[in-house]
Amino acid sequence: MRAPGPGEIKVGEVLLAVEDVSLAFGGVKAIADVSFDIRKGEIRAIIGPNGAGKTSMLNVINGFYQPQQGSITFKGATRDKMRPYEAARGGIARTFQNVALFRGMTALDNIMAGRTLKMHRNFFWQLLRFGPAMAEEITHRRRAEEIIDFLEINHIRRVQVGRLPYGLQKRVELGRALAMEPDLLLLDEPMAGMNLEEKEDMSRFILDVNNHYGTTIALIEHDMGVVMDLSDRVVVLDYGRKIADGTPDAVKRDPAVIDAYLGVAH
Amino acid sequence: MDLLYKIFLDPFVQMGTAPDLLVQTLWEGLVGGVLYALIALGFVLIFKASGVFNFAQGIMVVFAALTLVGLHELGIPAFLALALTVLVMLALAFAVERLVLRPLVNQPDIILFMATIGLTYFLIGFGELTFGGNPKVMIASELYLPKGAIDLKILGGFVSLQKIDIAAAIIASIMVTGLGIFFQRTRIGRALRAVADSHKAALSVGISLEQIWVIVWFAAGIVALATGIMWGARSDVSFGLQIIALKALPVLILGGFTSIPGAIVGGMIIGVGEKIGEFYWGPLLGGGIESWLAYVIALGFLLVRPQGLFGEKIIERI
Repeated sequence: MRAPGPGEIKVGEVLLAVEDVSLAFGGVKAIADVSFDIRKGEIRAIIGPNGAGKTSMLNVINGFYQPQQGSITFKGATRDKMRPYEAARGGIARTFQNVALFRGMTALDNIMAGRTLKMHRNFFWQLLRFGPAMAEEITHRRRAEEIIDFLEINHIRRVQVGRLPYGLQKRVELGRALAMEPDLLLLDEPMAGMNLEEKEDMSRFILDVNNHYGTTIALIEHDMGVVMDLSDRVVVLDYGRKIADGTPDAVKRDPAVIDAYLGVAH
Repeated sequence: MDLLYKIFLDPFVQMGTAPDLLVQTLWEGLVGGVLYALIALGFVLIFKASGVFNFAQGIMVVFAALTLVGLHELGIPAFLALALTVLVMLALAFAVERLVLRPLVNQPDIILFMATIGLTYFLIGFGELTFGGNPKVMIASELYLPKGAIDLKILGGFVSLQKIDIAAAIIASIMVTGLGIFFQRTRIGRALRAVADSHKAALSVGISLEQIWVIVWFAAGIVALATGIMWGARSDVSFGLQIIALKALPVLILGGFTSIPGAIVGGMIIGVGEKIGEFYWGPLLGGGIESWLAYVIALGFLLVRPQGLFGEKIIERI
């Protein structure tokens, strides 16, 4: 079964919805009855104090964790849990909190690895590097180069990514996710550990991806300034529960959110 | 004085006075090196793609060779038996993935290493049960592998090159070139390297770990089969052969665990070093140094270049 193409869901309609999702590790509840949706074309932020269950939520969405309860509706198809390959095939790409790159490979190869699912020529053609396989490699290489241009990482494309500074590693990781031409891009703290200049660059890239390619983005971020500037809607988690959901301005004024962040005693 | 003379001068005088013997020794070293390199190649494939040191590579060589000979003994024509053996190796790859690797996903490498030791003993037992414990003769002539030797008249003497050795060198170079291109240039090759670097990142771009593992174990199985045929044609096919797997260890240390060219060059250095050492310096120590010289060479290398000749120097940013 092929998932519906991106054109079939219009901008502003629900692309992905999680309903009453609960996830526990042994006795520890990481997520408790959380529901929210992500609409096509928006930038959706997931925020909350440390340990609120934000990363767990992303892991549920892209199938790394399988929730005990609840359901996930993606592109109109509802399922109890996502599997990693379903997510990747369906057009969900992601980056990781602590950068998970293929360290021994060059930046270019990392980005080409993002195109794995788009390449179909079989084994033997590839081995011969001839005919259709060659044409395919060239087409995909062109796409990879576009992404490299877009992210302004031309100068490092032949460098082993393990040697790059952290900010650039994050950029390569974004490039790999973009190479999948995702319908939904999950970013786990894309600006963690960056200096101001790097943060500004990354914000610009995120906005450009959203505007240019129309990619729907869900991001986790700690920097409140960034979240308020970038996102269309914000969902706030605390101790695995959803405590607020709305526009950045509404969320900012929500007493429950202020309490969670400032730690007010009741 | 006498000892110093015997160590530092006499061997070189011998080399100079009988160059044909030197060439013969070098050739035999290179040929032994090709076979070491083939075994090391099997290790490198699996290590590169899954970070697992596959202790069972040696027994896979024996198992592949035994299967081939065993099937032929049942009256199956040689080339059909060869094709069937390839299928058996494919089945083995699937079985290893399903029964060993998949249940151990996300376990530390040492656990997987232990599992491959377990696999070794399983294959020894299963092989003996199915094909019996007696040494067998490789069906070299049925597979149209050349026999006999070419005698070259050079340097005032004769150098004798076994045709089977020449064939082994050619087959090995074809396999190495193919694997090299495959790893560097193809989508699946990229996926293999990706899995080695990070499982979760590989999953996130839609690479299937299961598929990749089957592919590498199958490739290692094919390399094992080629090694088994070549080695078997030189001596015979018996379980003692799996010991050569231990010879792959110094080769890997020398060449680097992740490098295909490293496995080849490492194999050559160890092969040649062993033969030259045995022939010219061995008598000083009463012979038999071939069995441990490789490890000493590797140890010396570890002191200078711990990542091996071609290994990737992993630079960690802190």
